Amino acid sequence: MLRYIAKRILMMIPVILGISLIVFSIIELSPGDPVSLMLGDGASAQAVAELREQMGLNDNFFVRYARYIGHAVTGDFGISYRNKVQVVNEIASRFPTTLTLTFWGVAISVLIGIPVGVISAIRQYTFIDAASLFSALILTSMPAFWLGLLLILLFSLKLGLLPATGVATMQHFLMPSVTLAAASMATIIRMTRSTMLEVIRQDYIRTAKAKGASAFRIVYKHALRNALLPVVTVIGLNFGTQLGGAIVIESVFAMPGIGTLMVAAVRTKDTPIVMAAVLFVALLASITNLIVDVLYAYIDPRLKSQFVKK
Amino acid sequence: MTEKLLEIKDLSVIYKTDEETVYAVNDLNLTLNKGETLGLVGETGAGKTTTALSIMRLLPDRTGRITRGCITLGDLDITRASEADMRLIRGNGISMVFQDPMTSLNPILTVGEQIAEVLQLHRLDMSPEQKEKRVDEILEMVGLPADRKHEYPHQFSGGMKQRVVIAIALACEPQLILADEPTTALDVTIQAQILKLMKELKQRLNTAMLFITHDLGVVAQICDRVAIMYAGEIIEIGTTDNIFEGKKHHPYTVGLFGSIPDMTKATRRLNPIEGLMPDPTAPLGGCKFHPRCPQCMEICKTAKPLNIIDGTHAIGCHLFAGGAGHDARINLESTGGAE
Amino acid sequence: MTEQQRKKTAYKKKSQLMSIWHRFKKNKLALFGLVVFAIMLFIAIFADFIVDYERDAISQHMTKRFMSPSAEHIFGTDGFGRDMFARIIFGARISIFVGVVTIALALAVGAVIGASAGYYGGYIDETLMRIMDVFLAIPQMILAIAIVAALGTGMVNILIALTVAQVPKFARIVRASILTVKTQDFIEAAKACGTSDSRIIARHIIPNAIGPIVVQATLNVATTILVIAALSFVGLGIQPPTPEWGSMMADAKSQMRYHEYLIIIPGLFIAFTVMALNLMGDGLRDALDPRLKN
Repeated sequence: MLRYIAKRILMMIPVILGISLIVFSIIELSPGDPVSLMLGDGASAQAVAELREQMGLNDNFFVRYARYIGHAVTGDFGISYRNKVQVVNEIASRFPTTLTLTFWGVAISVLIGIPVGVISAIRQYTFIDAASLFSALILTSMPAFWLGLLLILLFSLKLGLLPATGVATMQHFLMPSVTLAAASMATIIRMTRSTMLEVIRQDYIRTAKAKGASAFRIVYKHALRNALLPVVTVIGLNFGTQLGGAIVIESVFAMPGIGTLMVAAVRTKDTPIVMAAVLFVALLASITNLIVDVLYAYIDPRLKSQFVKK
Repeated sequence: MTEKLLEIKDLSVIYKTDEETVYAVNDLNLTLNKGETLGLVGETGAGKTTTALSIMRLLPDRTGRITRGCITLGDLDITRASEADMRLIRGNGISMVFQDPMTSLNPILTVGEQIAEVLQLHRLDMSPEQKEKRVDEILEMVGLPADRKHEYPHQFSGGMKQRVVIAIALACEPQLILADEPTTALDVTIQAQILKLMKELKQRLNTAMLFITHDLGVVAQICDRVAIMYAGEIIEIGTTDNIFEGKKHHPYTVGLFGSIPDMTKATRRLNPIEGLMPDPTAPLGGCKFHPRCPQCMEICKTAKPLNIIDGTHAIGCHLFAGGAGHDARINLESTGGAE
Repeated sequence: MTEQQRKKTAYKKKSQLMSIWHRFKKNKLALFGLVVFAIMLFIAIFADFIVDYERDAISQHMTKRFMSPSAEHIFGTDGFGRDMFARIIFGARISIFVGVVTIALALAVGAVIGASAGYYGGYIDETLMRIMDVFLAIPQMILAIAIVAALGTGMVNILIALTVAQVPKFARIVRASILTVKTQDFIEAAKACGTSDSRIIARHIIPNAIGPIVVQATLNVATTILVIAALSFVGLGIQPPTPEWGSMMADAKSQMRYHEYLIIIPGLFIAFTVMALNLMGDGLRDALDPRLKN
């Protein structure tokens, strides 16, 4: 098992390097000049030239990329062009908000999505099934930020029950988390339902029935674990989408997270911030996928035994 | 001396979907005595598996339904028992061995867990240690080393998986085993091993067995009595001797024997039965076999034949009705070798 | 191929399409999706005949600000006195145009990459797919934002950003379809006859792999429409005054307490368009492969 995990971590390194190379090249292509951004329009030609030399902008692309990576592994992501603070500090101060939001988003979508999907499958063709499929359809079709706005409209502006913006208390996280959970909850409901329907048609479920197991036992002991295997993968893959969604949702609820930081940085062409934020989010998504894959290998004996034996 | 264990009376089963209704079993009558093995033989779609699933009351929820008749096991009427009672019967009073061992075991539970589950469900008096001991015992009994109980199904071969399925079926020493083509999915050499194992265990535990197959060779090896099934009905039933050695047979049985190669005779070709089974969605009047029967008479098209009983042998065919004015002495040689 | 044979295959293709259409038609929800999307498409194409872009959707009328829906302005007017109905209609044009063009481009590029990888295999496959993996590791939204950061906002840049973000997904799907088709005997037969690679891909592999790809494309137009709206909402997409559904909501956000319709109406249009595409995609999948249906 450890070998498997080690192998997966090693496999992640080229991916992370690849991501950084892509992001670095994209940013390189951008037309804006960081020096004129930093010094403002009135700067003298000499001052510009000096700063360029000082920042190493005259070196070629690969030298600068290597230097960036060299600094990045020591935690130095450069200095923000706009407010001259260390990028890494800026990211670190915003990170908890995004992580909390994403965590609750995933948690809500899993905790509601899986049971609803299971019930929908075992009550196939009933009203409950139709209702949950219909809700899933609505939830996947709604833009998340619109759902957020509607929630604000109802719970903050009309009913005055929940705060519309900010991150001060857990209450502040309630509406954003639900908003973030919505789309992936729909995916989980549909996925769980269809894998569950497939599993309950399997021969081994019939074997379990022939043993005299109750309907409940058949679902939780025999069907659920088998049905959840593919769902776990989907939850892992969805995490990246969830992070992307978090960026927009932070804007809706004016939360000081990585997302709002990134959006503001793009607008002001604050390249070091954009790069670091993109790298950070991609890294987070990759790590989550790694965790999910390991988890998968752990719950599927067919995969597990492959690595235990070796 | 022979004591009735299972009795099926006038059983009719349908599968109903939005588009059509399939009449899978029609007025089926069958009895099975304690400790006896009855072979249920017929083509695919004859209703053999449906009969077995009806006995377990495991017909597909939404579509399958018993419309008529009753099935009694001892004093219990299975067709009217509550679901809770049925759960106590399944795996305990009656167990089932399925056709495909590759898919019959849960891939994510160890083999030991799957055998122990039957004990957990039905042997509430046993302590966990006793259950473990019993699992080891039963594994050894089906010819598997007990220490393999911690392994998962994918680590076993097909034949070994079928041994595990048999172990599950035998764990509670049921009165009746329904074996639904238990050897069909296996290699020929493994087939023989599994058959031998089932025969031995059955004798040791004195279990009755309903052995479903389309393979007459298997029937000869393992069964005490044989029922031939066609289009949801039993058209001939008798002891293995009656069926294999008897002189009188239903024309379908004759055809069935004509379809298997005979090593002892120089036949130029096999004699398959012409035509197909009747459409199960449109029940046919008269004898179900009449469109394919080489000896079809006018009466066969309209009247359902009654069982003509001769000792232990019963045939549902007009040919043998008294005074039919027809040569009723049909035997294997006269028709099987024809053509 | 003789004329008769050609007719025969043409007939067969047609009857296959017919039977897919037949199954699709039976699915009432899918049909509903098709009708809704057709209406949206109609509106998007003929927007100019319904309202005047400059006069109704762009020019500001400060005397007519924030008018609630009425007979004259059925969806009301926005904070600049522009007719919401006109802006919604032209918004449909932008969303559907960007959605469809993005997917068409991504599909074309992805198909070339995926087909080469799947067909040639070996190190070509390895290299291409590892690159795609790296792209896939970046969440779509984030990648799009990074590209917008580099290129700047605006319609063309959004198109490029969204296309790049979608390419890896299609490359993967096309590759997977090709791999399943490739191993089948009729491809071997075509190879044995000396058919060229490009011809095998175009005539044999693509027609057989097209089903799942069309389904994915339909569903991805839906997600792309959501992403455009989201990007525009945070100000990194289509820029005002161009009427885009997401940016219309961003404009109205500060006023939503008093003028809910400015938020509700554009959202409803996005939701309906996306739902229609989802229903169509699901219906198409079921129609193409009835076995997959639960």
